[in-house]
Formats: sequence, C-alpha cells, structure tokens
Amino acid sequence: MADDSLTDIYGNRIGVACRCHSDLCREVTVSGPKLSLRSVLVYTCGVWLLAYAAFCCTENTAVLSCAIILTLVGLMVYIHFFKVDHESLLIIGSLGVQLSSSYASGRECTSFIEMSKIKDVVINEAVYMHRVIYYLCILIKDPADPHAVSSVLPLFQSSKPRLKCLIEVYKTCQEILAQS
Amino acid sequence: MVLKIFFPQCCTTADSGLLVGCWIPDQDSAVVLAVVHYPFIPGQVKRYLTEIRSQTDVDLTVLGSWSMPKEGQEGMDSFLKDLSTIFPHSRWLQLSREIGKRGFTCQVVRKGGMFLKEQAKEGEGSVRDENEKVIIVHYDQRKVMLSQLHPVQEGVSHSKMEQSALRAVFHTVAQSHPLFFIDKYDDGPLKLTHWQSEGREASIIAELVKQGSVPVCKLLTWMLSLWSWLGSIRLLNVPPVRFISSKLSTCVQLGYRTEHLQTVSSTRKATEHMEFMRKANIFVSFLLDMALGLLLIAWLYRENRIGKLASTLVPVADVRVPYPSKNHLDLSGLKMNRALDQVLGRFFIYHIHLWISYIHLMSPFIEMILWYVGLSACLGLTFALSVLSDMVALLTFHIYCFYVYGARLYCLKIYGLSSLWRLFRGKKWNVLRQRVDSCSYDMDQLFIGTLLFTILLFLLPTTALYYLVFTLLRLVVVLFQGLIHLAVDLLNSFPLFAMGLRVCRPYRLAEGVKFRVLCEEEGTPLHLMMEINPIKVSAVLQYYRTPTYSCYPRDSWMALCKKLFVGELIYPWKHKTTKTD
Repeated sequence: MADDSLTDIYGNRIGVACRCHSDLCREVTVSGPKLSLRSVLVYTCGVWLLAYAAFCCTENTAVLSCAIILTLVGLMVYIHFFKVDHESLLIIGSLGVQLSSSYASGRECTSFIEMSKIKDVVINEAVYMHRVIYYLCILIKDPADPHAVSSVLPLFQSSKPRLKCLIEVYKTCQEILAQS
Repeated sequence: MVLKIFFPQCCTTADSGLLVGCWIPDQDSAVVLAVVHYPFIPGQVKRYLTEIRSQTDVDLTVLGSWSMPKEGQEGMDSFLKDLSTIFPHSRWLQLSREIGKRGFTCQVVRKGGMFLKEQAKEGEGSVRDENEKVIIVHYDQRKVMLSQLHPVQEGVSHSKMEQSALRAVFHTVAQSHPLFFIDKYDDGPLKLTHWQSEGREASIIAELVKQGSVPVCKLLTWMLSLWSWLGSIRLLNVPPVRFISSKLSTCVQLGYRTEHLQTVSSTRKATEHMEFMRKANIFVSFLLDMALGLLLIAWLYRENRIGKLASTLVPVADVRVPYPSKNHLDLSGLKMNRALDQVLGRFFIYHIHLWISYIHLMSPFIEMILWYVGLSACLGLTFALSVLSDMVALLTFHIYCFYVYGARLYCLKIYGLSSLWRLFRGKKWNVLRQRVDSCSYDMDQLFIGTLLFTILLFLLPTTALYYLVFTLLRLVVVLFQGLIHLAVDLLNSFPLFAMGLRVCRPYRLAEGVKFRVLCEEEGTPLHLMMEINPIKVSAVLQYYRTPTYSCYPRDSWMALCKKLFVGELIYPWKHKTTKTD
C-alpha cells in the first residue's frame, strides 16, 4: 500500500506502508516529509545575517557566538522534540494496539493500549477554522461502565493523512478487531 | 480465542524439559516461569511445586513440555507426549524449537487428547468451533520481576477480573521469586533454567549493610523517642512557647525532619513499593542534606569568614530606615503636612534609636553566636537555611513593627475616609443588611463629618507615603524569606532516589510495555518481544514527591493587591501541615 498520491491535509506528500506480520498482527507506518536542506539553510542564513547586522551595530563579538550557539541549540531542540519522522500503529489481535512516533533525531515515543480498554477504532470529523478534517481515533472504554466511552485518542496527529489513507488503515484495524 | 504465551528470554536456549508456570484464565494467557530439565522424578516435581505454591500467592502448575532436541535426542518427541498424562492439566502446551530455526512451533492439546492444530488441518468439512491461534511473547524475566507498573495499585484486595493482562503477568513474575532460588550449582534433585540459574548474585557489602542496619535502626528509634519525649514535656508546651515555635521555621523544620527520621528508622521492613520508595527517598535526601551542610561548614569556617560576616552584620542591622524627609517630598512634588510629619518622624526615630541600642548591646556576642549557630549546619543544609531565614526575621523585626504601625494608621484613615465620604453624600452603611442606605443627618453631624473628612483627606498623602515605604521594605524581606523557604522545600521534597532509579535503572519504574515483532518464519506462530516502557521524568516527580509543609500563597494576586490598597495586614504565606490534608 505504498501509494505515491497520498497527501496530508496540507497537501504535502506522505508515505504510507502497511506490513502484515501474521493474520493477527498488522503494522501501518505513515512517514511525513523529511527535514529539507533548504529550510535548514534558510534558517541558518537568516539568523547569521541578523547576527552580523547586530555585530556591525554593536561591534561586540559575543553577538556572533550567541548566534552560532542559538542556531545549533535551536536545530537540536527542533529535531529532537518537534520534527516527527514517522508514526506507526501496530495492531495485535487480542493483545492491544501500540502507537509509536519517532522523531528526526531517532528518539521514539511509544504507548501501548490493551485490547480490554479499546472500545472501537473510528474515523471522526472535526471542524477546524475553515476546513473539515478527518482523523482516525481510538475510543477508550471507561473501566466502571463498559458501554461508555471515557476518552478519545486521536492517531497520526503529526502526519495528518487524508481520508483516502485513513479508510485503508481503518479497514485494516477493523479486520483485526473483528477477530478478537 | 487467541492463546498468549509469555516466554522468558533466558529459556530460549534451554535444554528440553517441562514448562513450569501459571495460567491466567480470564485473559487466556500462560506465563512460563522456568524449565525443569531431565532427568527428574515426577513426584519430586509435584512436591516442589506444592512447596513453592504454599510460599507464594502464585498458582504454579506444569504448563507443558519444551523440546529443543540436540544431536542424538531424536526420540524425545514421543517421551514428551507421554508426560502429559502424568501431570494434571486442562490444556497442555508443546513448544518445540529446531536447531537452526529461530521461531518455535506450538501445539495445544486439550484434555481429551485432541490435537487442535491437526483437527484444523484435516477437517475442511468438519466444524471448527475453536480456531486456536497462538502468540508467543518473549520477555526479560529479571527486568519484569524487578519492575513496578504505574499507577501503582496496592493491595491484593482487587479481584483478578479487574486486573489487566499485563498487570497479572507482572504480578505473577514478581511474586514467584522463591522459584528462582535454585541455580545450576545446587545439588538438589531438580535442575531448573530461569534467569538466575547461571548462579545467584549477591554482594557482601549489601548483606553486611542489611545485617548492620537493624541495630542502627533500633538505636535511632530509641534516640528519636527520647527526643520526642523531650519535646513533649509540659514546660515546652505552654501556649506562648508553642506560638513562637510555630512561627520559627527552624522548629518547624526540626519537627519535620524528626518525623522523617522516624519513618526511615522503623525496623519494620517496607512491604509495599510506595512505602519502600518513600523510605529510600527520605534517606537519600537526608544524606544529601547532611553532605551539603558539611560542605557549607567547610567553606564557612575557613579564612575567618564568620568574623567577617559578624563585622558586616552589625552596621547592616542598624541601617537607618529611610523614612520620608522633607527633601524627598519636595522632589516628588507632594506636599507633606509638616506637623504630622514631625510627629510620625519623631515616633519612628525613637523606635529606631531603641533598636540600635539593642543591637549595640548584642554586638560583642554576635561573632560567638554566629559561630555556634553556624555549627548547626552539620544537621543539614535545610536546617542552616531555616536558621538564616529566622535570623533575617529577627534582625528585620523593626521593619515588621514599622510596617504594622504604618499599615494600621493607614487602614484607620481609609476606613474613616470611606465612612465620612458616605456621610458627605448622605448615605450610611447598614450593618444589618450589609449594604449602603440613604440616611438623613442633622446639620451638626454633617458639619463635623465634613470637617473631619477634609482633615483626613489632606493628611492622606503623608500617611500614604509612610505606608508605602514601610510596605515596600516589608515586601522585600518577605520575598527573601520566601525564596529561602522555596529552596528548603525543594531540598525536602525532591525524590532523589526515584530520579536516580529512573536514570540508571529505567526498567524498574514502568509505565507500560512496548512490543516488537520478532522473526516471521513459515509455520511458526507470531513472536513478539515485550520491552518495558519507563515512566516520564515528570511522572516521577508526580508520583514520588515527598509531601511537605509547603508554603503557598494564601491569596491570589488580585486579593493581595486589594489588601495592600486598603491597608489590611498581609501574611502572604500559609503553612500547610501534612496531617490535615
């Protein structure tokens, strides 16, 4: 299911890969656009030009060193905490669902939800400003009342794929959930 | 229904034998805890399992057989099938692994002797009522045994129905630690493979510390009981003394630390996780406190710093409080009333004179007092900081007095003004109805009221300026004391042991698990690797923060501003006691 024409809600191209490990286990990986060299260069040049202008005004070399440190630290913070490389959903029948997002620096943030807590996986609509977006979410059961939904956990929040992709993922999930 | 088998990683290379573990029937899972190798006598295995079952809470049974045939052991399969008749079971697992392959195959036999897998293959036309599928989850036994799932659910009273499958697995492995005592060097009748079978690890230092800690704890408990008896004698419980000791942060900190030490030095071993973590956190924070206090002493007593401190302290304490003089006022453009200014000025100058003479009386002793008080820092940095805060409070007592005088005067003036202003407009405050009502006054009342109103109004700038200056000084002192209290609170409540555990042994504090799909080979069921997902650093603080008597602001900013404007006395910090919460 590596379709080239899949995009996210802003029109950027995303990559979707679905692996079938066994008939009980599926993994869907949605990868967003990579960090482009152009944006890094633009950011770096912008900051350094500003710093050079400030240096010309103040004749203080500390401004230049500050700018260098700022660029480096800013880049590191961005790729470690903000830039999501790919998000994956691993669904294992009768065990649970695992969501993981991995960042550009390699850091992975994982969470596992047991099958007994999952009520259903649905596609929800949301109205955001002037657009209507669809998102896939997991409905989590209330431990006290098995028929009530205690919370809604949205999936693929950084990659934000469009409806076509979501339908494929939804079908995959429902196949597994129906079995357990 | 899918059958989940939790298989320890250490047993994947074990020789053939029997699988020993526990069924979790509600979630249709089995946890394998160890493998018993040949040769064994079934009677001895059954006896050993009954013994372990009586020691722990775990329902240990023989789950099935494990076969990893080496060269020359091809006849094992039939032997393994015969074993299922010896041990009682409702389901019998037959796991087998071939050399060269990474996955294992699994066959489940129900009581009655039917092979479900075979049935599924043969009968295309026959009814499949249960298409039994198997998932094998590998786990690291040592890490799962030592780890604790958060949020912690203490107590065995919760029924197993409510427990999730993961909690049940963690609970089972943690409870069965007596099973892991036999290692390969024991000469007993049974040979087991589990995480400790390569040899039990122990440290002499840890054992010595454990042995030595019992008499030390007893001594500490006795000393603390003596101390609390001293603290409770009648002479010290007289109300004035109690009032003063509740205001002095040193006494509060002392009481708090005594309570902590009592928790740590109790000889009863901590049974539950939260209790153990609490004790450990308190102990480590106490050690850190003492270490920092000793460092402070080492720095303070060098190069006669105490003497220098004492010689700078006396002039600072008798600094003339900057009361508004005529010069200041003409600069600010406000005209002060000369008579009132002189009266108030003389009053405050006399007060300062008293204070200065007191300080001069004390000045020869300051250095000695500082020297001895500085020694108390060996009880901990928090103690030294509390003493500092108390010293600042005592030395700036005159500022506090001035603030109270200024505030009271200003408050009276404001109340008088507001009441007379109502009279000026022909209204009155109705105490019964708690509102402003119109009222008809006599000519005399109106005349005197208006006169007084005018007098108070024109005297307002003078009083307001005095009030402003003293309030600002008082706020500076309060801010400084607040910062010290914040530092003390941080030292008291920060869970250093839990944080260290999270950094160095992250598997011990688990938020959940992570799964990873292992090899996929044809004909083998799904293999997953279960790893522990540690809790976030912010969650460590949330779960393990030691509750303290933290001071937090009593009023919101708006309420504080309102109080300042009206002239009410402010006590910005409220002490929260741990017991009443």
